[in-house]
Order: sequence, then structure tokens, then C-alpha cells
Amino acid sequence: MSATEHSTLKKTPLYDLHLSLGAKMVEFAGYAMPVQYPAGVLKEHLHTREKVGLFDVSHMGLAYLHTTEMALGSDEAHEKIAAAIETLVPGEIRKLKKGAARYTVLLSDDGGVLDDLMISRIFLDELQGMLFLVVNAATKEQDFALIREKLAGVAELNIVTDRALIAVQGPMAAAVVNRLFPGAAEQPFMSIRPRFWPASDDQAFIVVSRLGYTGEDGFEISVPNSHAELLAKALLAAPEVEPVGLGARDSLRLEAGLCLYGHDLTPEISPIEGNIAFAVGKRRREEGGFPGAARIQRELAEGPKRLRVGLRPEGRAPAREGAEIQSTDGKTIGAVTSGGFGPSAGAPVAMGYVDAAFSKTGTPVNLIVRGKPLSAVVADMPFVPHGYYRG
Amino acid sequence: MTVKYTEDHEWLKPEGDHYVIGVSAHAAEQLGDVVFVELPEVGKTFAKGDEMAVVESVKAASDVYAPISGDIVEVNAAIVDEPAKVNEDPQGAAWFVKIKPSNPSEIDALMDEGAYKEFAGNS
Repeated sequence: MSATEHSTLKKTPLYDLHLSLGAKMVEFAGYAMPVQYPAGVLKEHLHTREKVGLFDVSHMGLAYLHTTEMALGSDEAHEKIAAAIETLVPGEIRKLKKGAARYTVLLSDDGGVLDDLMISRIFLDELQGMLFLVVNAATKEQDFALIREKLAGVAELNIVTDRALIAVQGPMAAAVVNRLFPGAAEQPFMSIRPRFWPASDDQAFIVVSRLGYTGEDGFEISVPNSHAELLAKALLAAPEVEPVGLGARDSLRLEAGLCLYGHDLTPEISPIEGNIAFAVGKRRREEGGFPGAARIQRELAEGPKRLRVGLRPEGRAPAREGAEIQSTDGKTIGAVTSGGFGPSAGAPVAMGYVDAAFSKTGTPVNLIVRGKPLSAVVADMPFVPHGYYRG
Repeated sequence: MTVKYTEDHEWLKPEGDHYVIGVSAHAAEQLGDVVFVELPEVGKTFAKGDEMAVVESVKAASDVYAPISGDIVEVNAAIVDEPAKVNEDPQGAAWFVKIKPSNPSEIDALMDEGAYKEFAGNS
């Protein structure tokens, strides 16, 4: 796309930096985003698995949600905001520890996934009663509208529009981030901490979360727009770090077995069918009290009719989104929702939905690629082992 | 005759009584890292514009069309074994197939290097 074609698109605070790094820009969720840099998708992918990739994920939706039923700063205030958001998501929010993050889903009334999101309990004592939300770019307007509508009178949602979000992912991410934010290397997996940077008069308030969407150890760093490029450049200055575009972000999350919303998860699919039952808290499975609880509890008890599974095609030909999945006797049993070549797996990998009877690991199936059946087997995910920090 | 090009970014050049065919350097760059190539069987007959081969990068799949009608006389198995060659030398070692033309006059309608460069620059 040419520079003039960008004019109608939203830009992140790192737009100029992407251009200066030679990124190929594409439209994604209304934003001009880097799909790849000169190194290309394959090298960017492998670099992230080996060292560290830096991703601009500023297009995602950030917001703070706080209770309006009482003053902030107490465990009771957390109970209030947790009870409020738990009417919309099935995740365990009440028992989240201070500064802990949780992956869960926004549900429709019939238990379909409206979005997948990250909910973190604020770390600071004086801000208890507040949660930090990160939702998908393509769904952020509708997510935030829904939350405001459903929680009117009990909570207030403040959408963050003046911050960038930078993901730093890979086995050496902790070493790199620790140089800028001493102590970050010991920050627990799925946690969030407030930081200040840089060590000068012009300090910015930074939120460092230890999580990501590549399957690797890593961080997502929320930084004011004013300091976004400065921080990105400071991170890129580390010899381990290379910029990585949306192309490799997609192949990395696919290998990690993670869902891409709008493809692997949709409003018709429940979290149980989506094979993300971990997004439904243990206590919540028994208590219910979230949209579509009846369907989700029934699917937990009886098993879902269809299930998201990993698929490994034989040979080198990738099967991509939309490819029909057939049983070996030629009956349609599902469809591929994400697929491609896994650079670290060194082979094509895919995920898709199949009738539950065919969801067992090792089940042989056919994927219909260009009209021809391609032999594949139902496979465990992730396709590449996760490298999350377990310290 | 020198190299000719199609609007679908294939190139072809004469070699004896047949033509060598591949994808242009411009196309290879646009595709990105090639991870899979599927070639037709030797002896297969194609009409101009038929889907003849498949080339896939990490990101996307693309069809390669027959630039002219004819029979496949040879295919380059080396790019099936090592698809990355398509990025390394798309207009040389990473040729796709050799075709014996059934209607050589079709070649006249294709672009020369200068016309293709202009076309690719605008595409």
C-alpha cells in the first residue's frame, strides 16, 4: 500500500518508526500496521523463537474498569468490580491476586464468544476496585459499548486512547526488558506491574505485563504515546531485538495453538467448543452467573458437539482457513479455521473444528485443499512447546 | 527472443524447441518466503491461463498459470524439495516447468522486460 492509501487509516504512535524500519504496511482492523519488515515473515518468526521480537500491538483496545459503588482502595472494592465483570465473563476474577492477569472471554447470552480478552487486577493498593482490560482491535468498539451498557450504574469504563502497547516476546525478552526495568525478569508469568521510565525528569508511567501471544516468554508494555517511540527504539537498540510484523505474529500464535478471534473463535462458538475451557473458572463452572451459563455447563458435563483441534497435514502443503475437513470415508466433519506453514514446526500446521467423535489425537482426517484430499491427523497443541516463565 | 512476462507475473524464455517458465523476481518478493511448491506432472497438457502450479509463502497461497498452451516436458523438482530457492533465484535456478508450446503465436501477446517492469511497478 502506498503512503496516500494510509491517509484514511488510523495510525499507531509507532507508525513513523515502522516506515523508517522499512515495514510493508497493510490495513488491519482499520489501522495501518506493519505486516513484515525487510527480514520477512520467516526470519522474523524464527528470530522471535530464538531471541526477541518487538511487536506494535497498539491497535488493541486498552481500558480501565472501576467500581462506582464504593471508593477505590480496598479488597471490598475489588469484590465489587469483580462481581460486576463476572456477569459478562466466565473467568475467575474475584480470586485474582493483586497484579495478576487472566485470559477469559466476553460471552453472548447464548454462550458464544464475543471476544477473548485479558483482565488484570491492578497491583497498587490504593487502586483496588480497578481492572485493566486488553481486548482485540477489531472488536474493541463493540466490546466497550457492551461493557458500558451492561455495567451502567455499577462500574465506569475509561478507554485508553493516549497509549501505545509494545509486545516484547522471545526467550531473551526477560534479559532485555530487565535492563530497562530492573526486576522485570523476576516478575511472575501472567502478572502486571507499574513502572516508571526512563530514569530522568521526563518520566512516563509504564505498565509492564508478563504475557503475550506467541507462546514464548515475554512482556506487553503499555507506554504513553509521548514516550512510545523512545521506548521502542530503546528496546530495538538491544542486540537481541528485531522488529516483527503481523505476518509472523500470526504464524507464531498458530504454532502456539492460540486462537485468532474472528477466525478460531466467533459469536457462534462457546469457550468449551473452542477448547479454551481454562477461560472458565472452576468456581464459576459450578456457580454459573455468566451469560450462556446453561449451555456452557451442559457442554462441560456432556461434552461439546464440536471441538477445536490441532491438525497436522502430511507432507509440506499447508491447509488454510476455510479448507473442509472430511473423515477418511469422505463425510464432512468440519473446517479449518487457521492454517499455514509453521516455520519452527518445520511443517504445515492448522487448527479447526471437527465433530466431537473425530476430536481424539491421532484421528486420521482429510483436508480438502484445491479440491483434493490432503491426509492429516488430529494433533495436540501447541505445535511448538510454550516457553512461558515458570520461575 | 529474450524473456517475456505475463500479467500474472510468470516469465518464460525459449530453450531449444520449448520454453522455460517461472515466477518473476517481483512476484517472488511480493510473496515473501516460499515454503511450498506444487508442480504439474510431466506430460500434462495445459491451455493458456490454466492453473498449472501452486506456490505458497508463510502467509498466502498463489496459483501459477500457464502463460502459453502446451505440454509439460520437464519440471524442476529442486524447488519442491527446497522451496526457498524461489526467493533466492526466481528467474534462474528456480524455474518451474518447461513447456512444449502447441500455439507459439501466443507468445507474441506477452510483455517484454520493459513493459513488464512498468506493469509491475504500477501493480
